[in-house]
Amino acid sequence: MIVIIDYGRGNLRSVQKGFEHAVAHDLDVRVSGDPKLIAEADGLVLPGVGAFGDAKASLDRGGLSELITQRALAGVPLLGICLGMQLLLDKSLEFGEHEGLGLVAGTCRPFPQDVGIKVPHIGWNTLDFSAARSSLFEGIPAEGSVYFVHSYYCALENPAESIARTDYGIEFVSALQKGNIFGVQFHPEKSSTIGLKMLSNFAEVVSKGEY
Amino acid sequence: MLAKRVIPCLDVTDGRVVKGVNFVDLRDAGDPVEMAAAYDKAGADEVVFLDITATSDARPAMLEVAARTSEQCFIPYTVGGGMRSVADMRAMLAQGADKISLNSAALKNPQIVAQTSALFGSQCIVVAIDARKVPGSHPARWEAFVAGGRKNTGLDALQWAREATRLGAGEILLTSMDCDGVKEGFDIDLTRAVTSAVSVPVIASGGAGKLDDFAEVILEADADAVLAASVFHFGELSVLEVKQALAREGICVRIPE
Repeated sequence: MIVIIDYGRGNLRSVQKGFEHAVAHDLDVRVSGDPKLIAEADGLVLPGVGAFGDAKASLDRGGLSELITQRALAGVPLLGICLGMQLLLDKSLEFGEHEGLGLVAGTCRPFPQDVGIKVPHIGWNTLDFSAARSSLFEGIPAEGSVYFVHSYYCALENPAESIARTDYGIEFVSALQKGNIFGVQFHPEKSSTIGLKMLSNFAEVVSKGEY
Repeated sequence: MLAKRVIPCLDVTDGRVVKGVNFVDLRDAGDPVEMAAAYDKAGADEVVFLDITATSDARPAMLEVAARTSEQCFIPYTVGGGMRSVADMRAMLAQGADKISLNSAALKNPQIVAQTSALFGSQCIVVAIDARKVPGSHPARWEAFVAGGRKNTGLDALQWAREATRLGAGEILLTSMDCDGVKEGFDIDLTRAVTSAVSVPVIASGGAGKLDDFAEVILEADADAVLAASVFHFGELSVLEVKQALAREGICVRIPE
């Protein structure tokens, strides 16, 4: 069972429908904020749209921050999407400074103002994942495009945890992997065939327990 | 590099597509959801649904369309038309819509742009502007129209674009009423004026007729996205043909797998 963590933030229905469409066999995908289900899940998805501080506070209130961290450290595959990826980091500089889950070393930073780009970064951009190998990109064509909507990006301390980079004024980390912990800055559920393939790759990781 | 977007627009009334279609393999050519899914497969970057339902009691049909779209269409989609309250918009987003397009509602009450962009994020809020050139104006001036282009607000379109952006609009969907339906190309002057006036992405709409029109408005007016309805629905042009034409001009586009 994969649980898409519901903490009152973001578009969960699209993520759920994406998984259901992407995976052929009967995959049990639930949207839930119930700690009991999260504790039992074979895989977790942390979605999220909105502001970092609010989102983290919601997770804390429900006691979910600790639970998610615990499960991820126990080896349960976890996929953070968009804000959900950013939440994996130590902290974010969005509207002040906020602490994240601290599963991946790094800081979430705003795009620079002086490089001639429009912020937020909205639209289809290409992934360069040639420098790393990840089960998430199995069967994904090189230079494939995915859909982004964000104003902040993840600056990682350990470059080896970056599995894809994207160019938008600067080159930023558009996907990360640290063992069983995955994060994507884009929206696979809105990235057509390529995005659905990544969701099915994650489901594969969950069902096989290999990453 | 960020791709320029190609966006088909579907006019919907009572949950059905208004204009005819030429897609093959559709079980129900009048179903906006099937069309959106077909556009996803055809390589469209986004889809816009414009609800032109006249009566408010038929509105729930659009919610149902949005709900089904999230099950079959895996590219971002925008819904516009008829939503007036924050509750209307929240309900639409909960079905899986990515963006809400506001036109008359925003002109009537500009604060709704500030309110909803603070609540849902600027990336969710598109302000649609239907602009018509003031006859004989020189230098050219454009005014914003509402009620499907029937009513002149008298408001300067550029000024409104700036104001909407200041209030939090994440994107401007700009339709030239002078060019719409004429199929002789987008309104380059209007589009350039708006892209110069605001710092958010501008979607150019109205006037697409032939392949070259799309590259022209991107290269000459700096549009971030191009939107068209009838040329796609009637099969005169395909999304892929448009993208290939843009690519030939050196414009970055997403060529689907």
